[in-house]
Amino acid sequence: MKEFLRSMATRRWFLTTSGAATLALASSPSMAQPAAETPPLPIEHVDLTINGRPYALDLDPRTTLLDALREHLGFTGSKKGCDQGQCGACTIIVNGQRINSCLALAVMHDGDEITTIEGLAEEGVLHPMQAAFVRHDGFQCGYCTPGQICSAVALLSEHREGWPSYATADVETAPALTNAEIAERMSGNICRCSAYPNIVAAIREVAGEGSQ
Amino acid sequence: MNPFRYERASDVASACASAARPAAKFIAGGTNLVDLMKLQIEAPAQLVDITRLPLDRIEETAEGGLRIGALVSNSAAVADMRVRRRYPLLAQAILAGASTQLRNKATTGGNLLQRTRCPYFYDTTKPCNKRVPGSGCAALEGLNRMNAVLGVSDNCIAAHPSDMAVAMTALDAVVEAIAPNGSTRAIPIDELYRPPDDTPHIETVLESGELIGSVLLPPPPAGRQIYRKVRDRASFAFALVSVAAILDLDGERVRAARIAFGGLSYKPWRSAEAEAALVGAPATRAAFDAAGTAALKDARGYGHNDFKMPLARRTLRATLTQAAGLA
Repeated sequence: MKEFLRSMATRRWFLTTSGAATLALASSPSMAQPAAETPPLPIEHVDLTINGRPYALDLDPRTTLLDALREHLGFTGSKKGCDQGQCGACTIIVNGQRINSCLALAVMHDGDEITTIEGLAEEGVLHPMQAAFVRHDGFQCGYCTPGQICSAVALLSEHREGWPSYATADVETAPALTNAEIAERMSGNICRCSAYPNIVAAIREVAGEGSQ
Repeated sequence: MNPFRYERASDVASACASAARPAAKFIAGGTNLVDLMKLQIEAPAQLVDITRLPLDRIEETAEGGLRIGALVSNSAAVADMRVRRRYPLLAQAILAGASTQLRNKATTGGNLLQRTRCPYFYDTTKPCNKRVPGSGCAALEGLNRMNAVLGVSDNCIAAHPSDMAVAMTALDAVVEAIAPNGSTRAIPIDELYRPPDDTPHIETVLESGELIGSVLLPPPPAGRQIYRKVRDRASFAFALVSVAAILDLDGERVRAARIAFGGLSYKPWRSAEAEAALVGAPATRAAFDAAGTAALKDARGYGHNDFKMPLARRTLRATLTQAAGLA
């Protein structure tokens, strides 16, 4: 596992570096718009707090939160799967709530507090949900995993606040996190490798709901 | 996505004034609009961000109902215990829609105004009178199993995708709208949506720049409330058919009933015919079937969606059987 994490860290460093190269390319003169006919694209200033640290960006308002994270800031942990809110690979936590970052315009989140998969581990120690996914083998290819884990972390706080789900027979109650409850609450995260049973087991363990 | 100008509205009046300009649109949760903009089905020249407006509260009304601000997220509406206690079918309907990630973003007003998921509305290589007026309707002869069977026209057979709106229709909700000149009006939710006729691109009675400010829920009527949704998979899918039912029994007879269907029409389909058939009838499966037959009397299938008529009748029977405690 340590080898795996080390290789992931190296890969992230590589992607961050090559991302910067791409940015430099995009602003080179050969890519500039002809000045005459098209008016200059409006640029909006956006301040974000990501994993506890402040970031300032000047963005085309078309930029989604996902693209701002990945392409502008190098937070490539959040994945682009479908880019239309169906797969959940881009799930991040904004002001305490999980959302699909692919359907959010970054400019609309000026001033918001964001947690991505990169912000869950503290001082090199995996978040309990990350550790449980490793222990229960809650992934195969791993592409959906950052979204699954961010989603699962938010799920637990929603459950603590008493939110019901469609699987809840009586919406006035907040039921135990059974397999059916977890499956319903995680239905916004698709896993093409179908690691679902192990994902549910990992979430149950962190929720303290036993193993059945 | 086409370029657009972005404006963060700081008050309702300026938001409405900005959105009244040509090719301007309000944006709140954005879960539908951003998706459509990526596909260039929507291409606004200006977006008016209303998310910082003070329309995010749920308030008691003097009559014992609730006023839900247009910016209350779907999640926040269901998190409110008053909604869950008084309007359980609304809570069930909201929870039946989308995923938690989307419900955290999606707003009450935006949910009402979301566009159809007809595959030909999304497929820009095919004709669609809703997307390109006058181009035709590919769904008529196409793969139309998700499409509508009631109240539509040969110009458009798109179905409204909302679950929340179906429950609100059974609850006689009222949409409170604010115009650019500051005037307000109350629109019964059943009158919010315009039939497609020969202008399916005009979907609601809202005017340019008119903003949904809130949705008023009258006090809950007597009776048991149930929302039942039938779909292709157990979660995170649009309804093939859904039923919002409120059934009030007097012994073994029906004293009052409210019935609204989802997935059948361009709007949540309130069935006065089914309700009339139920009132005074015994609470039996035969009476529930008769109500279903009355509700679907004028329905017309387009091939792939012919199954919706029997499915709607059976879903109504199952919902009412459960509401009557017979299941």
